[in-house]
Amino acid sequence: MEKKVYERPHIIKLDAGMPGKFGMRAETPAMTHVFGVAVKKLVEKHGSPLFVISEESIRQSYRKAHKAFSTRYPNVQFAWSYKTNYLSAICNIFHSEGSWAEVVSGFEYNKAIANNVDPKKIIFNGPGKSDDELLTAANNGSLIHIDHLDELYQLIDIAEKATQRPRVAIRVNMDTGIYPQWDRFGFNYENGQAWDAINKIMHSGKLDLMGLHTHIGTFIMTASAYGIAATKLADLAMGLQQKFNHTIKYIDLGGGFASKNTLKGSYLPGSDISPSFDEYAEAISSALLNSSLKPDSLPLLILETGRALVDSAAFLISTVIANKRLSNGKRATIVDAGVNIMFTSFWYQHQISPAQGASQYREDTVLYGPLCMNIDCLRESVNLPILNKGDQVVIHNVGAYNMTQWMQFITLRPNIVLVDSAGEVQLIREAENMDSIQHHEKMPDKLVINHP
Amino acid sequence: MRMNQNIAISETGFLFNPSTGESFTLNPVGLKLISYYKEGLNDDEIISRMQEEYQVEEREISRDLLDFKNVLKHYLLVDNND
Repeated sequence: MEKKVYERPHIIKLDAGMPGKFGMRAETPAMTHVFGVAVKKLVEKHGSPLFVISEESIRQSYRKAHKAFSTRYPNVQFAWSYKTNYLSAICNIFHSEGSWAEVVSGFEYNKAIANNVDPKKIIFNGPGKSDDELLTAANNGSLIHIDHLDELYQLIDIAEKATQRPRVAIRVNMDTGIYPQWDRFGFNYENGQAWDAINKIMHSGKLDLMGLHTHIGTFIMTASAYGIAATKLADLAMGLQQKFNHTIKYIDLGGGFASKNTLKGSYLPGSDISPSFDEYAEAISSALLNSSLKPDSLPLLILETGRALVDSAAFLISTVIANKRLSNGKRATIVDAGVNIMFTSFWYQHQISPAQGASQYREDTVLYGPLCMNIDCLRESVNLPILNKGDQVVIHNVGAYNMTQWMQFITLRPNIVLVDSAGEVQLIREAENMDSIQHHEKMPDKLVINHP
Repeated sequence: MRMNQNIAISETGFLFNPSTGESFTLNPVGLKLISYYKEGLNDDEIISRMQEEYQVEEREISRDLLDFKNVLKHYLLVDNND
């Protein structure tokens, strides 16, 4: 007699509580392939955990976003937000689509230069720029976005040494009707700081005021907030025109567009409620076109969106290390990807799919990483089929911030592969090894241990 | 280990505990294990039977049985005197 297929024994208590208000589907279908490549094959060749990014998905997202804006506004430019994902291969996909670079540190600036970005097409944001970094950026003709008065005065001094007049913009923070209102970056609009800074720049005569910039926040679920921001920047631009007869070249609305991830505490999934590129584009374009800006000198509209362009272009494959039972009877599963490489699990309820077929039985599971730290929890509660040691899961929408905010903590960082437009799998960042860590360390002679 | 004698189990894996009013669902392997316990088999006998019937290694069913018993205890489905 042929033996039956075995599945781990499973018993689940039926809860006759209130039905879910939103009636969300509880089960997630198996995902045996990511971007057309078998999960098992990827793990066999590149190990686990493994980040998998799709070139085609990035290009499609970029083109969709660009189309949303360029069909509504005559002059649009995207600048790739390096901090969102600064793997050189990823940056260069965006640059090949036409994106400029938006960087927030000297390190990122040098990375953009190393990626052969035209320095005049690098936007240098961030509150912490050194004299050397500012001088280099000024000499290169990069666009320097001034964050605070100290930096403004620092730049006026640097202008004396620079080979060309620094090309600058000011960063403006403002009330756009959303909470929280970001005010730690830039100059405030409502209390007049921004206008004061503009006056200082214009009266100094040493800086070229090219544009106005704002970054109203992150994961903004209300597209209309961008409309308010655009209106306020247009108002400053009109003030410049009237007082100084100075026409700014660009208005930069920053980033902050929401991706399709689901924020913790959200009732509905991000895929259902995050605004589309069209909604953001409509709010911003309408505000600028309806403002007092003259139609024959409309400024270039720059967008620094990062997360919304790259989040859905990457998955993280992870392997089940063990199953265990918590004191309350709840199932816990430990996988080999921890919060050290999944920073965004602190923000999102990432969708998790099993990577192999399973029966219809589902279990409420806590998904832990492999770190010996209590905070290492990828999902506090997720409905998963019966998983066994060695099975894989696929974590969705991990393209933004995880590959830049990750940490070498307890475990080393894994391989990253790109599925290119031809469907070929390319290794774009090698997994770390002991040498990646050790070669930065120095051992004082007296602490060297020599065994006889 | 003995199951509470008054629990009712359907052939499709629906389990009702009249002492607490709680209901449960079981997958086919869970149902099989409970039926063996109700028959009065001990753990060694169950492990042996399962290996005859299913594609499973001894260490796997042994591990899963240990976990499953704990869950049954947690849900108060086994005889307290056991």
